Amino acid sequence: MSKALKLPIVELPENIDKLRDEVRSFIAEERSKGTFEPQCDSWLGGFSAEFSRKLGERGWIGMTWPKKYGGHERSSLERFVVTEELLAAGAPVAAHWIADRQSGTLLLRYGTEEQRNFYLPKIAKGESYFVIGLSEPNSGSDLASLSSMATKADGGWVLNGSKLWTSGAHHSHYMIALVRTAPLNPENRHQGLSQFVVDLAAPGVTVRPIRLMTGEHHFNEVIFEDVFIPDGSLVGKVGDGWKQGMAELAYERSGPERFLSTLPLLTELLNTIQLDPDRHTKIEVGKLVARLWTLRKMSLGVAGLLEKGVTPSLMAALVKDLGTQFEKQLAETARLLVSSNPSVTSSSAFERRLAEAILHSPGFTLRGGTTEILRGIIAKEVVAK
Amino acid sequence: MSEIREMLVESATKIMKDFCTKELINEAESGVWAEDLWNIVEESGLTTIAVPEEAGGTGGSYGDALSLLRIAGKYSAPIPLAETLLANWLLAEVGLPISSKPLTLSPVDNNVVTFNETEGGWGVSGIVKQVPWASLVEGIVVVGKFKDQYMIAKIDPNNCLISQGSNLAGEPRNNIEIQNQFVPSNGVAFGTDGLVSRFAHLGILVKSVLMAGALERVLELTTAYTKERSQFGRPIHRFQAIQHHLASLSGETAAAKVVTDYGIEAIDINQFETEAMIAKIRVGEAASISVPIAHQVLGAIGFTDEHILQHSTRRLWAWRDENGTEVEWAEKFGEQVINAGPEALWPSVTGINKNPISSH
Repeated sequence: MSKALKLPIVELPENIDKLRDEVRSFIAEERSKGTFEPQCDSWLGGFSAEFSRKLGERGWIGMTWPKKYGGHERSSLERFVVTEELLAAGAPVAAHWIADRQSGTLLLRYGTEEQRNFYLPKIAKGESYFVIGLSEPNSGSDLASLSSMATKADGGWVLNGSKLWTSGAHHSHYMIALVRTAPLNPENRHQGLSQFVVDLAAPGVTVRPIRLMTGEHHFNEVIFEDVFIPDGSLVGKVGDGWKQGMAELAYERSGPERFLSTLPLLTELLNTIQLDPDRHTKIEVGKLVARLWTLRKMSLGVAGLLEKGVTPSLMAALVKDLGTQFEKQLAETARLLVSSNPSVTSSSAFERRLAEAILHSPGFTLRGGTTEILRGIIAKEVVAK
Repeated sequence: MSEIREMLVESATKIMKDFCTKELINEAESGVWAEDLWNIVEESGLTTIAVPEEAGGTGGSYGDALSLLRIAGKYSAPIPLAETLLANWLLAEVGLPISSKPLTLSPVDNNVVTFNETEGGWGVSGIVKQVPWASLVEGIVVVGKFKDQYMIAKIDPNNCLISQGSNLAGEPRNNIEIQNQFVPSNGVAFGTDGLVSRFAHLGILVKSVLMAGALERVLELTTAYTKERSQFGRPIHRFQAIQHHLASLSGETAAAKVVTDYGIEAIDINQFETEAMIAKIRVGEAASISVPIAHQVLGAIGFTDEHILQHSTRRLWAWRDENGTEVEWAEKFGEQVINAGPEALWPSVTGINKNPISSH
């Protein structure tokens, strides 16, 4: 078999069970206090500054980062366990999600000492939130066509343009934006791109809500009009933005949030069908859980590669493709197994979870690289090996 | 993977690659015994892997044997290697003599074979359907019953009525009639419910690794074809529609690999029933998704006997139905999941809290 398609077997060390139990106890305690109700897609829709701060206090944000930057020097497998427990419980983790998953990690890798000292401790405390600054009104899947431009000025850069689909920009503090620092070269479109930390409170930044079809406010367009960004905000090297941004994607694509977004619905489904399951129901549940079990092992395999310092872009794309299909399939199966009237305002938890899963489902196979783009990447890599 | 297992996989790959030619597989399908292939496999000690040396076997673990079978599945090895290994494992487990010669194991959980006590031994009778390779082996290991007690014996196919038959891949699948065949007392052993259940699950894990191997082959052949074949002036892998097929195929193959990797891992720690069920379900689904894709991509040539794709795809079609379809196992597994309740779901997926989803 093509080496590129292999994933390691990851046996979680015994001592990780203790950590998992701690997270479960914490979640159970918060549930009993009524802090949150489990929800589908909680890493997009579950914003709670208070909950993020509690996670920060427990050392569950920035887990893998060095202690001198407020991190906890734990392994990426330990982070995997904390993450999957929170998602499986449908806990409100949206506030710090991006900062913890990719912005902080990117700053750790490419940022200056000053940037790390400034941003990372605040992120790890669960008090500083970031957004992704990649897509633009005219650049979606064709990211390299982006046109927001930073022009060199005295002591910094002047940014003009806009970023789209920036989840959470209305209550986040910073964006890591990928922008042009040199005009587009049609021969090599990946040249001339750079990454900056943009303060969303800076003059000239406008955050315009774009509501989901449910009326929920997660997306925004962030517009930059002559925004001054000081020199110290450049991340990594001028012109290296594309390469740096791609490395970020392996983290973005393979985590448990790519197959667990609708897990709270599966739990409610089991609750609903428990008493008198027919043969068809048993079969569908058996298939779903077999898929879930396999996906988790695949995601864990990618985490195992990341832990070893490998950047498994092919397998990350592949796990995201399969995982996000599963998230949708789970909702569809649940819908067909139980006759119900899904609604976010229903008095039945099953109907509320089903409504969340259905209404959020278009996003699963769009965010972080559409299925179509991922499949192109997978096929090209498989053919090339 | 241990170093020993790596060496085993490497040498098995070499043997299978060299011997399992298109001609050999086609001939075997027409009923010719793959003598040379069997001989080298037997001489290399591969027919008694995971039987301890003190019992006359080659030694090694079940995991080693399953890794070997994934290679055999990949190259469509037209010999009863899986069946011989299963038969030997059961014989060794109950203390009966093993054999390096071709054997088969008839379906283990059945109520059709009966054992009756006679002078100096036992009379074994029954009609068993779909016994793999029965027409070409030297011994058939059967599990039957004496009253409520499971009994195990190796019987002689020459003294059975064996009807010809084959599965979708042209592998022998024979109905056999055992007519009060005498087996001396020292050739019969007792079995337990636990043992029979374990071998039923071993059977599905074995089938799953064979299938995972065949899926690897299907992906390789399909990918290679998209590079060789040009239409509209370019290799067809450049077309987005084909790329999407390749991506799905890669995903299913990778899933089959991972799920059988964990089955192989689990079997060496002896708690593998849940993993085996999950493997049969997931690999069965992977087969049903992948085979149509491969045939679509290869076009007309792929479903002729001139192309070797069909050796793998027909095996996948046959094997997914053997030892229980993915739906039969999904029903069993789903029932366990539902009975364990919503609170047990996530803990059992993550494997903590001592497996609330158990197969018993």
